[in-house]
Amino acid sequence: MNANPPPGTHFQQPLLRTPFHERSRVFSQVDSFVPWAGYTTVDVFTTVEQEYFAIRNAASLYDLTPMVKYRISGPDALRYLNRLVTRDVARIKPGRVGYCVWCNDAGHVIDDGTIFCLAAGEYRLCTAERQLDWLLDSAIGFDVQVAEVTEQIAALALQGPTSCAVLRRCGLSGVEKLKPFEIGQFQAGPHALMVSRTGFTGDLGYELWMDPAAAETQWDALMAAGGTRGVRPIGSRALNIARIEAGFLLPNLDFVSAEHTLRTGRDRSPLELGLAWLVDFGKGHFTGRRSLWQEQRRGVARQLVGLDVEGNKPAHNALLYSERAGQQEVGSVMSATWSPICKRNIALAMLASPHFRIGTAVWADIYLNRELVWERRMARAVVVERPFYSPERRRATPPADY
Amino acid sequence: MSAVGSGYDIVVIGAGHNGLVCAAYLAKAGRKVLVLEAGLCVGGAAITQEFSPGYRVSSVAHLLHLMPEFLWRELGLSQHGLELAATALPTVALSSEREPLVLGTDPPQGLLEPDGSAYAGYQARMAGFAATLQPLFERPPPRLGTEAFADRAGLLRLGWQIRRLGRPRMRELLRIGAMNVYDLLQEHFSDPGLQGALAFDAVLGTNYGPRSPGTVLTLLCRLAAQGASGSGGLMLPRGGLGALSAALAGAATAAGAEIRTAATVERVLVQDDRAHGVQLRSGEQIRADTVVSNADPKSSLLGLLGAEHLDTGFVRRVHHLRTHGLAAKLHLALKGPPRFSALSAVLQGGRLLIAPSMQYLERAFNSSKYGEYSAAPAMEIIVPTLHDPALAPRGAHVLSAIVQYVPYRLGGGWDAGRQRCIEALIAALETHAPGISGLVQGAELLTPLDIEQRFHIHGGHWHHGELAFDQFFMVRPVPGAAQYSTPLAGLYLCGAGAHPGGGVMGYAGRNAARRILSLRPAA
Repeated sequence: MNANPPPGTHFQQPLLRTPFHERSRVFSQVDSFVPWAGYTTVDVFTTVEQEYFAIRNAASLYDLTPMVKYRISGPDALRYLNRLVTRDVARIKPGRVGYCVWCNDAGHVIDDGTIFCLAAGEYRLCTAERQLDWLLDSAIGFDVQVAEVTEQIAALALQGPTSCAVLRRCGLSGVEKLKPFEIGQFQAGPHALMVSRTGFTGDLGYELWMDPAAAETQWDALMAAGGTRGVRPIGSRALNIARIEAGFLLPNLDFVSAEHTLRTGRDRSPLELGLAWLVDFGKGHFTGRRSLWQEQRRGVARQLVGLDVEGNKPAHNALLYSERAGQQEVGSVMSATWSPICKRNIALAMLASPHFRIGTAVWADIYLNRELVWERRMARAVVVERPFYSPERRRATPPADY
Repeated sequence: MSAVGSGYDIVVIGAGHNGLVCAAYLAKAGRKVLVLEAGLCVGGAAITQEFSPGYRVSSVAHLLHLMPEFLWRELGLSQHGLELAATALPTVALSSEREPLVLGTDPPQGLLEPDGSAYAGYQARMAGFAATLQPLFERPPPRLGTEAFADRAGLLRLGWQIRRLGRPRMRELLRIGAMNVYDLLQEHFSDPGLQGALAFDAVLGTNYGPRSPGTVLTLLCRLAAQGASGSGGLMLPRGGLGALSAALAGAATAAGAEIRTAATVERVLVQDDRAHGVQLRSGEQIRADTVVSNADPKSSLLGLLGAEHLDTGFVRRVHHLRTHGLAAKLHLALKGPPRFSALSAVLQGGRLLIAPSMQYLERAFNSSKYGEYSAAPAMEIIVPTLHDPALAPRGAHVLSAIVQYVPYRLGGGWDAGRQRCIEALIAALETHAPGISGLVQGAELLTPLDIEQRFHIHGGHWHHGELAFDQFFMVRPVPGAAQYSTPLAGLYLCGAGAHPGGGVMGYAGRNAARRILSLRPAA
């Protein structure tokens, strides 16, 4: 159970523990924990490679309880959300989930998240960062209730080709009928279990939402059901490789929240982040709309793109140049990794206009530390479509029985 | 230019004095203007109403002294029937302990030395500073953070006006600009009576005590407006402030504007992300490409328009505007003339202040911070019937007093506390006008809450929002809505919530009209 400290002793244990903490400790072989949104969470259980291949070749179990969750309800909930986020929430019907971003007045992204439409007028918003002040300020003038429910809901992500089979072996019959971004309600023993076909890996996968009291039982049931299907707990580092392959953004790595930037020009609009498909100018007013409309008319000055980098050295933090000589700087790499499944050296990068067009070649200035000797390498990088990896099983319903 | 169906180019919401001024200037420029007023008569808070059978009084503001002379002239208010019952009223600081102090006359009376010698110098210096600020009132303030030439020129002009004072006076203005009036007056004078009377002007209508920061600014603003209002000094329109509104309405109608009363606007219509007209409570929709709101910023933007058409950050700023009023209005129907002791007949008809010292004001202010009114309140009193007998039955009189520091929310609520408050105020008057309680036939107290409800002013603040450095000039009412524009194209503000603020001045209405005309030239 949740072993959080009694009031008045919080300073002795600055990080909260998720309801899965005790289980995580059992499976952690390298004792590598990191803070995430005020919780202590696992960075890596065994090795990053093993965990990564659980995502792509078997099933991976990831504790996403620290994901910040808000309950948004009331007669104006839909109008409220439509004014908050850039996409049209009316298209997220009951039982469906949608990815979204929201902006400040200047049209710069504050955070991204997912909206779960649990019923008409009843939503859950999952975010990377705590947003209550912005959500409450956005509620001025709306008949809506906003409450943080992070600690009331434990959550696990079960991702990978065998994830559906594992859930069925757990007794969740009918889970194979869930379409991508669909929500289903199941009974797991005495506990209610909400399952959404969502995830952060770009693979077939599900997210499980439950009462913290059911957390350990559910974990045990999933691990027991794994068997030859190979369920393995994973940490954030393996997940990070998968999410770059899937082309997903991570706040503070790929963009900084507009509420946190100090320097002018460091904010990013959804258009710059390559999320123009999430911006619906036709749905009515939303915060940032007037600024984004101007930006759309002007054209963006820079854009986040996928890069295919030559060689096999990840272009971590590399500056990007328009030519090999490295004279004209045109951007920099946000996230980079060697993609084991694609066998490609990939990166997410911010590039200035006009270099962000698909097919444009730029040069990445990669620094390599080889036994404490730094070497510099100019690697050719080509702007490519995202995602880098998107298997057919991600979309197939029902998924094949791996 | 106008939308199909209505024939109006511009709808003005609210026939307060600024709405009427704005409508008059827009109509003079050839626009088809419709003014919609929720009340039964024009004037907003500048009206004359019967408060007791046979007794009428200016409901909120009761003196005319801030409206610029050029506005009077440009709109031909005299031709439209505006007459003055009195001009150059003296200001009399009442005191139970000494000879009354009389200001606003030449020379002032009752000054004690050494203040007597210092007074003229102080007045001249403050008048000079006020004159430096006054030109700012006449045009839209520059915006910050733009590349526009006009905005930069506006900032340069402000800098130049201050620099032109000469180095010593410029330094002095910059030194005192953000000070409190308590410290300023301590530097200049030692007579508590004089200090109290001068400090009163800095805090009248505000949420400030004399020791509150920013009270030199409020004083300078008042002096600036007063300085441009011509030689009439403190004036009483014949028939009360309602007569001013009637003359403004006359000017607007003569220029071609149409005015409808008892027409409550329920919301601003929006189409394609711009103002498209208004909808009345009756359900009637009136189309117009330009909508100008004389209502306060919170009512206009969060009420009539609605947060859903605005960005969260902007809504947050509007929501946090400080709009609670702290000034109440007391009206007494008196069967005979009140006698303020030790005052000559002429002075009985002056503007009488109960503000015997800055300490007294500060103490009166203290109570209000905790949801109470002070048993020793500060007041500005006039007996308008001494100049304009028609406001009351023959031989009877009206006393009109602004009571400073009456909270919007009273501990225990106003329903329970109203009568007790009226009695406390009459008791305070009794010390200066013995026997007045025996004359009272009827009494009315308009608390900030009443002012909010009766005049549709959010929070009941006369100035539609506190005048303070963070709600002043280029950030009035809030960043993103300066220069009379709002984030919604086609929607403008022309009320006291916009620059340069409250008081019966008319600058905001005139500036807004000029701004609209410059942005949207006639088709």
